[in-house]
Amino acid sequence: MRALDRFGRATIDFFEYAGGLALLSAESLGFMLQLRIRIAETISQAALLGVQSLLIVCLTSLFTGMVISLESAQQAVAYGVSNLVGGAVAYASVRELGPMLTGVVVAGRVGAAIAAELGSMVVTEQIEALRSMGVEPPRFLVVPRLLALLLMLPLLTIFADVVSIAGGAWIAQTYAHIPYDSFVSSIRESIDFSDVVKGLVKSVVFAAIIALVGAYQGLSTRGGAAGVGRSTTFAVVLAIILIFASNFLLSFLLFGGR
Amino acid sequence: MRNGAGANVIARLENTALAFGSRIILRNCTLDIVEGAITCIIGLSGAGKSTILRLIDGLLLPSEGHVFVRDQDICHVSEEQRNVIRQKISLSFQFSALLDSLSVGDNVALPLREHTRLTHAEIHRTVMDALDSVGLANAYDALPGELSGGMLKRAGFARAIVTRPELVLYDEPTTGLDPIVTNLITDTILRLRDKLAGTAVVISHDLDSIFAMADYVAMLFEGAIIAYDTAAAIRSSTNPIVQQFLAGAETGPIPI
Repeated sequence: MRALDRFGRATIDFFEYAGGLALLSAESLGFMLQLRIRIAETISQAALLGVQSLLIVCLTSLFTGMVISLESAQQAVAYGVSNLVGGAVAYASVRELGPMLTGVVVAGRVGAAIAAELGSMVVTEQIEALRSMGVEPPRFLVVPRLLALLLMLPLLTIFADVVSIAGGAWIAQTYAHIPYDSFVSSIRESIDFSDVVKGLVKSVVFAAIIALVGAYQGLSTRGGAAGVGRSTTFAVVLAIILIFASNFLLSFLLFGGR
Repeated sequence: MRNGAGANVIARLENTALAFGSRIILRNCTLDIVEGAITCIIGLSGAGKSTILRLIDGLLLPSEGHVFVRDQDICHVSEEQRNVIRQKISLSFQFSALLDSLSVGDNVALPLREHTRLTHAEIHRTVMDALDSVGLANAYDALPGELSGGMLKRAGFARAIVTRPELVLYDEPTTGLDPIVTNLITDTILRLRDKLAGTAVVISHDLDSIFAMADYVAMLFEGAIIAYDTAAAIRSSTNPIVQQFLAGAETGPIPI
């Protein structure tokens, strides 16, 4: 009986959470469609959430591209197909690792920041003060962060793709003596522009997940400083899980197993 | 007296009850807020005083009963309509609740930027006027974290009055302040009421401050309004609960 009770509560909690997240998403989208957007705040958030993530995104992408190149170059040289290394690195970076790693890194940095900032605003009554002034917190706080990430995550993903491929090219050249022109021509044969676009579509979805989960978790904070800590942790964990799950779904839909 | 019979009523709680699950906060409260007067709500900590302010501002909705602002039942309107009604009301929070990422000036300017079409210069002038009326004309560019407790309260007042609301709700404006700043805050509330020709509801535990400014006093006990009358009548009330509370006596009907 107790197990059934616990299952019932967990089911209600799940639907309550999913419903709240869906409502916040719909409300934010509504404000965006009505063009009720704080432009200056959006630009400021783009700098804060996007530009300041550039270094960490570039570093993680650089080492990821280098390690893919290192692993694939070893195998390729052994089998005499070293001309395929560039394609392997670009294929993995542009279609999967570029968008996903950027999403995960930004979820850790930015998702946590959004949840912590909004959570501390809840516990210090700043959100209630906004409501009491007739200011809608989703429009005032969530829309600028959502829009900033929707703009910045695809740009960060492009940087990640380029840096990852450049790192891969450097390792292929220095470690396996694969010339740059051979590396580049392999890329041209392996991927086309639509792969890049589909990778960017993924990054747009990941941006929405990071911003909305962080914001919803922050706005649902209860219980002082400890509550802010819980919200921040949960926002990052949930965003990363949703990024992995949606990445699988999007790969299936966009690339169709190709 | 249970209601402001014969006087203009700006806000009214009618048989209002509020409960969170099994925890009852308010029960069957009826209270009229008389226009142009300062009404103080007194009671023990946790009696539900701040909850009444949040009900009047529409931040909380009652489990039962009604809350009227200017004869409009704010419990049965959309959030958009409630936002319009809220522009007539301002709530000054206990801990000010200024947005800590904005300067004091930007905090005070926020309701004007959101709800008016005033020019940048007009907003600046109005904000400076509001800051000046609470003695903070030099704090425009300061961040909330740089202000003392008393200055924060007054900055919160400036934000609350900048739109010239019809009703200002003050949640424990003097709690935690020294006697000099408490007097300053009390004078400020009286001056603002005279300047705006508006109405104020004040929650406080400071009896000197309350009787210095109140026209009406309501006492809340165990979620119910047990006394509501003019300040003079409350001061001479024969209700043993009111008497014990005003005397600060440890013995009496209020359980400690």
